[in-house]
Amino acid sequence: MSDDLVLGGRRFRSRFILGSGKFSLDMTRRVIEEGGVEMATLAVRRASAAGEGNVLDSMPEGITLLPNTSGARSAEEAVRIARLARELGCGDFVKIEIIRDTKYLLPDNRETVRAVGMLADEGFVPMPYMMPDLTAARDMADAGAAAVMPLGSPIGSNRGLLTKEFVKMMVEELDVPVIVDAGIGKPSQACEAMEIGCAAVMANTAIATAGDVPGMARAFRMAIEAGRLAYLSGTGRVLDGRAEASSPLTGFLERSP
Amino acid sequence: MPGMEILDSDVMSGVLEARESFDPSSYTEADVRRAIHSEPSVEGFAALLSPAAAPFLEETAVRARELTRAHFGNSVCMFTPLYVSNYCTNRCVYCGFNSGNRIDRLRLEPEAVAKELDAIAETGLEEVLILTGESREKSGVDYICECVRLAAERFAVVGVEVYPMNTEDYAKVHAAGADYVTVFQETYDPVRYDELHLAGPKSVFAYRFDAQERALRGGMRGVAFGALLGLADFRKDAFACGLHAMMLQRRYPAAEISMSLPRLRPAANLEQTSGVTEAELLQVSLAYRIFLPYAGQTISTRERSGFRDGIVGLTATKISAGVSVGIGEHSGSGHGEGQFVISDPRGVGEVVDALRRNGLQPVMADYVRTGMR
Repeated sequence: MSDDLVLGGRRFRSRFILGSGKFSLDMTRRVIEEGGVEMATLAVRRASAAGEGNVLDSMPEGITLLPNTSGARSAEEAVRIARLARELGCGDFVKIEIIRDTKYLLPDNRETVRAVGMLADEGFVPMPYMMPDLTAARDMADAGAAAVMPLGSPIGSNRGLLTKEFVKMMVEELDVPVIVDAGIGKPSQACEAMEIGCAAVMANTAIATAGDVPGMARAFRMAIEAGRLAYLSGTGRVLDGRAEASSPLTGFLERSP
Repeated sequence: MPGMEILDSDVMSGVLEARESFDPSSYTEADVRRAIHSEPSVEGFAALLSPAAAPFLEETAVRARELTRAHFGNSVCMFTPLYVSNYCTNRCVYCGFNSGNRIDRLRLEPEAVAKELDAIAETGLEEVLILTGESREKSGVDYICECVRLAAERFAVVGVEVYPMNTEDYAKVHAAGADYVTVFQETYDPVRYDELHLAGPKSVFAYRFDAQERALRGGMRGVAFGALLGLADFRKDAFACGLHAMMLQRRYPAAEISMSLPRLRPAANLEQTSGVTEAELLQVSLAYRIFLPYAGQTISTRERSGFRDGIVGLTATKISAGVSVGIGEHSGSGHGEGQFVISDPRGVGEVVDALRRNGLQPVMADYVRTGMR
């Protein structure tokens, strides 16, 4: 049975999406290979530069580019950056990032909802980076988001799935894939996100700051696959620290004839 | 002075009070250790700048490097400054552009500016910083706007390091294509400031202090801060500079904040040194990183190549290359003397190679100009 991730009508076997901002270009290739990555983000604000080492050229064949709108502070700016990405030949996928906070880099859900609608109308495949808020996520899905990408914890923090309860609600309630986008610092945390039913995990800093970068990419791949398999298999119930009485408390009841 | 816009802002009083009450000698080894390993705080920042932190540079550097990597990865932005005019009406005793200093003066005409920009673009750089002295007559706002327009046609990112101006003038410069503004307060000690800035608009401490805030109100994306270390107590100046940046970021959370690390340098007809050692400069940089982990840091050619290569990736996130501080020297279109003497003459290719050798990623542009406010 195939278990592909479908985004914007395209099928992906890999559920590991790679952020590419914090690597050197040659390292990006190795990480993609070791991580079995099929989709990688691309900062348009860097790719648009004509100079040497264009990220666009360094992406291996078969990789679907997910250009992001980093640098945008409003829906209108995100749309402009997305159009630029399309002109650069990045395709129709776009990860919407709208940020008006330079300290924690938290996404602005209100502007992001607007941008999803505007970009969907122009034929893009919008994948919004967002604060895990179920109501905003519903609005984004209604506006045409191909997936929603809530943060696990502040980007770059490597602190893991601090927003787990809210991400779980999104997984349970939404019909679009939920992809955890930021804050995942270790393979075990990626696995945890996959176990609760997230469709994919995106990571960058966790791998970029590892001692052995390709090794960490491989570890993430395995953790994501393990978490996915666990989710599909249905995790066993957890007894919440209490034992189950071996003699039933209701054993005194008269047996029905 | 007439025409200077006054902001209704309490940032300056907050910074100056904190600077006044900061006693660098009052911190202990335990304070320093706590500061290295805790979440950022004003008290921790003070401890990291104190003499008590000097023996812990290595330990502080380990933490700083982690933070730099978490926030910036291995990216290092590159740029070069372009000095377009060295006419100046200020009399700042330490500056080569001082109106009382007898140097060759030059203002580039727009054609020469274009030639200089073309020469810089040839090197592969995509970010340029336009600089002038302060002369409303020789390098007025309209002239700066013209230079910025020429730069924006050729470069992805344009910043200005020019005299402080009113909000509406910053809005004009922004509309012309500049998104980043650098202003060094030089010293945050108002008394010392008056001793050093003898004449001209720059002698008004408060107008300079509020420049970044006016720039942000004028639509600029990012602002850079700097204390010229060596003019006054460098620990207290660095402390005030960090607080200045932090307070503005709180008030303008979308603003991109960055710190510069200038040490006083000799200049034409000015024999002077900062009295701040490299170790002390590094200590300031480490303290900035831990206190403001999200803020960029720029290292200029005031420092020698070995120091610059060591500090990029550790704390610094932006480095200049192919620098000539004279006027007209990129394309040989004239000669005006520089503001200070540089220590690292390497070209863009050499700096790129050095970054790569250290496992770092040179980034030529990290910005898309959308032309929106």
